[in-house]
Amino acid sequence: MDAPLLEVFGCRQAYHKEANADLVVLDDVNLTLREGEIVALLGRSGSGKSTLLRIVSGLLSPTAGQVSWRGEPVVGPMEGIAMVFQSFALFPWLTVKENVELGLEARGVSRVEREKRAEDALDLIGLGGFASAYPKELSGGMRQRVGLARALVVYPDLLLMDEPFSALDVLTAETLRTDLIDLWAEGKLPVKSVLMVTHNIEEAVLMCDRILLFSSNPGRVASELKVPFPHPRNRLDPAFRQMVDDIYALMTRRTPTEPKAAESPVHPLAMPLQRVGINLMAGLMEALAAPPYDGRADLPALAATLHYEVDDLLPLGETLQLLRFAVLEEGDIYLTDKGRAFVQSDVDGRRVLFAETLRTHVPLANMIRQVLEERWNHRASAVRFRDELEDHMSPDYAADTLRTVIGWGRYAELFGYDEETEQFNLDDQE
Amino acid sequence: MNTRSLAPLAAERHIPNVWDIVAILCVFGTLATVTHIGRGTFVRIDAPGATEISLDPWRLPEYAVRTTLRMFVALAASLVFTFTYGTAAAKSRRASLILIPLLDILQSVPILGFLTFTVVFFMNLFPGQVLGLELASIFAIFTSQAWNMAFSMYQSLRTVPADLLEAAISFRLSPWQKFWRLEVPFAVPGLVWNTMMSMSGGWFFVVASEAISVGDNTWKLPGIGSYIAQAQTERDLPAIVWAIVTMLVVILAYDQFLFRPLVAWSARFRFETTSGATASDPWMLRLIRRTRLLRSLGDYIGRAASAFGGLRLSFGSGPRLRRESHSRMSSLIWGTLVCGLLVWSCWQAFTFVAAELSWPDLGEASLLGFVTLVRVVVLMVIASLIWVPIGVWLGLRPAWARRAQPLAQFLAAFPANLFFPMFVIVIVHFGLNRDIWLTPLMVLGTQWYILFNVVAGAAAFPGDLREAANSFHVGGFLWWRKVIVPGIFPYYITGAITASGGCWNAAIVAEVVSWGDTRLVAHGLGAYIAEATERGDMARVVLGVAVMSAFVLTFNRLLWHPLYAYARRRLTLG
Repeated sequence: MDAPLLEVFGCRQAYHKEANADLVVLDDVNLTLREGEIVALLGRSGSGKSTLLRIVSGLLSPTAGQVSWRGEPVVGPMEGIAMVFQSFALFPWLTVKENVELGLEARGVSRVEREKRAEDALDLIGLGGFASAYPKELSGGMRQRVGLARALVVYPDLLLMDEPFSALDVLTAETLRTDLIDLWAEGKLPVKSVLMVTHNIEEAVLMCDRILLFSSNPGRVASELKVPFPHPRNRLDPAFRQMVDDIYALMTRRTPTEPKAAESPVHPLAMPLQRVGINLMAGLMEALAAPPYDGRADLPALAATLHYEVDDLLPLGETLQLLRFAVLEEGDIYLTDKGRAFVQSDVDGRRVLFAETLRTHVPLANMIRQVLEERWNHRASAVRFRDELEDHMSPDYAADTLRTVIGWGRYAELFGYDEETEQFNLDDQE
Repeated sequence: MNTRSLAPLAAERHIPNVWDIVAILCVFGTLATVTHIGRGTFVRIDAPGATEISLDPWRLPEYAVRTTLRMFVALAASLVFTFTYGTAAAKSRRASLILIPLLDILQSVPILGFLTFTVVFFMNLFPGQVLGLELASIFAIFTSQAWNMAFSMYQSLRTVPADLLEAAISFRLSPWQKFWRLEVPFAVPGLVWNTMMSMSGGWFFVVASEAISVGDNTWKLPGIGSYIAQAQTERDLPAIVWAIVTMLVVILAYDQFLFRPLVAWSARFRFETTSGATASDPWMLRLIRRTRLLRSLGDYIGRAASAFGGLRLSFGSGPRLRRESHSRMSSLIWGTLVCGLLVWSCWQAFTFVAAELSWPDLGEASLLGFVTLVRVVVLMVIASLIWVPIGVWLGLRPAWARRAQPLAQFLAAFPANLFFPMFVIVIVHFGLNRDIWLTPLMVLGTQWYILFNVVAGAAAFPGDLREAANSFHVGGFLWWRKVIVPGIFPYYITGAITASGGCWNAAIVAEVVSWGDTRLVAHGLGAYIAEATERGDMARVVLGVAVMSAFVLTFNRLLWHPLYAYARRRLTLG
């Protein structure tokens, strides 16, 4: 077998935080990519998979570890690697053709050659008639086709795709996926290998030959799976379904907030909260309690019914588990007695139950309430809590956690919050 | 449209049509005039007719062209400044530490107060030549234009969308290509808008800076401003009316020929992914597009510019990962250096002033500053009470808003100092209190900023919110307080900041006005600076300008900045 295209050894990405341990986003990641394969980096948001893609593309340099491209160390954007962006990243003031020619122009390809190659790429991707249009005239799907053409026109050996279909609606995304796979299977794509980031399990199983499953906090490659099916693949094939189910099970099994974890003696503030709203939680619990689930559901099936991707559903499930309203187990989710009680309560009853839950299971909420009660003026600055949270998690996580706890606390009437002064208070509480 | 299908037509493309003849005549006319005027700037100051102003209305077109030319030279200088200073500030964190606060201060300093220094400086640079005076005037205009343009450039460069930046880097664009393909286009809409604002402000300064007197010397550069000044000395009312008419024509022309097409063209660089409703193209742009020769010339220039921006110039070894980590020590040294420079220049100014003046002078200047402050505050309140209701009324009626918007912009561009003599005549005739009646002059030119911002705000007020207010029968005072005023507040603040800044500047020319031998002086810091300038009393000018800058800066920090921040945080829709 010939030499690998891309090799990543012991890659680590950490953000330095003064006076405290580094915040590790990626830890000890190894990856080898050979010609002729499509590989997916699959994981939850915050698992560092996008960071890894940026390291591979040369946009970001890792804190530690080596990345080599065709045996040479990656020190910046390399020739032979092209990228497709989640947000398309098209230049609104350039026409479709000018956008596509951009990478060629940067290489100093002559005008005639540039135009010819751009035309070919546009024809290949089905955009022949749009050359002189501006991106804003196109729909999302068409824009991402431009993004693809722009990457393909430089004949890259490696095509990087950062959640390329996640900004598109379901049908458009599916068309684009199948078009791309058809071109790949027919050998019409001028690329040797593809590395794509996704949080959509079915997408990974549908398109890729190999899946690297990422775990979060810090990001690591938790497991590696080979997808044995030949193209074109059938989503309804039982073997396909089984693989999707297995991946769901793997992902829920390795969640960091298992019931035991909260009881272990970690710092009360070292618990990041995900931005999940009350209505979403209530909605999911109600759906679970009602038929056909009657309290227990298979996650992939539930995701399909609700049109949720794993990235939406897992944080929700995990949050319910954290609050003891539900339990995640082997790709299933089921309601606890408390969850059922919540569903059956009226508006005020739900609020009281939620307040109790917050005080027992969310140390941060309990702490805010206690501090407020101790203060003579019943006021406390949010900045102080954010600073303390940042000692235990990244600033982004800390901000999310704080926003979440503010929303929950307001709903439960555990405390009030004044956005203008960034202060917690007890003004509205009885 | 497909380029290939157009290929057979290409041969016909180069035959000139009627529009080309019109356009070519315009181009040659302009070139001839510019050459003629250009010759005038290289004569000696004492040459016959070099600085003589004739009140013959037939000379006005020539004066108007000279004034306009000064404007555009200053504009070119401002653009150069914008591309260097603004870019440097945005690209280097260390440079921005000093460049940005400096820009902030320069923006709020009353530029007219500096006229004295710059005239002396440029006269010494080209002794006895008209060129020195020209440069002084151009510099005065430049100082009224450059800062906000540079600031807009800086802000655009700092807010280039991250994904486009990543795309540019990952496709290995060289820094030069990245600048011209990504950063400059992204900055264009803001830059065009700010250039337009700058030009509006510039007319005021060109009028004020053409007739300059320092100490015993008075120089008059041929131009509309000098014409007005001359008419004032000679008490020639018809001449003033002629000057106003000429100015109207000039501003209308530059608005129609230059800025309408420019704004329409810049719309394509606006960073939005949805295609909104686009206004129809202004006639000038359509004319350019209709001409064959001009258009192919334009295409040629466009291609050349594109090739220029696409050059693979690179000042390093290709795109590299940027790591901006300066050692703590070097940052410390840099900080100390900057602070040292600051203290040193303050000390220089202080010793210069202290050599001739003492503390009571500072007290006097501060007191006068308060008088002017009271004027500014009262004017802002009155202008707001008048223009906010009118602006809201106009803005909520799209048909009216469309007409009012360009009119208000036009009025803002019109140099209000042309109207000063009219006021003087009225005040003298009725024997009015000058401390009160000279005051409105300060806001004459700047009140329009409030109007057109409020119109824009009201026009952008969401229809569903208006319907909601209607359906709940919210009316009368409650409607103003809870619905429309919060809705237009961010727009109003933007306008009010510009208007109040303009007021301070205008104070220098508005608190002292004359009509022949009659001189009207109001009490205030503006009059203090203006009179010191006329006497050639440099120490007092420095003191006056310093005190005024302090007032403006404090006013901005304590009132406008917090209000603006509040409006951005709380009252921005969506």
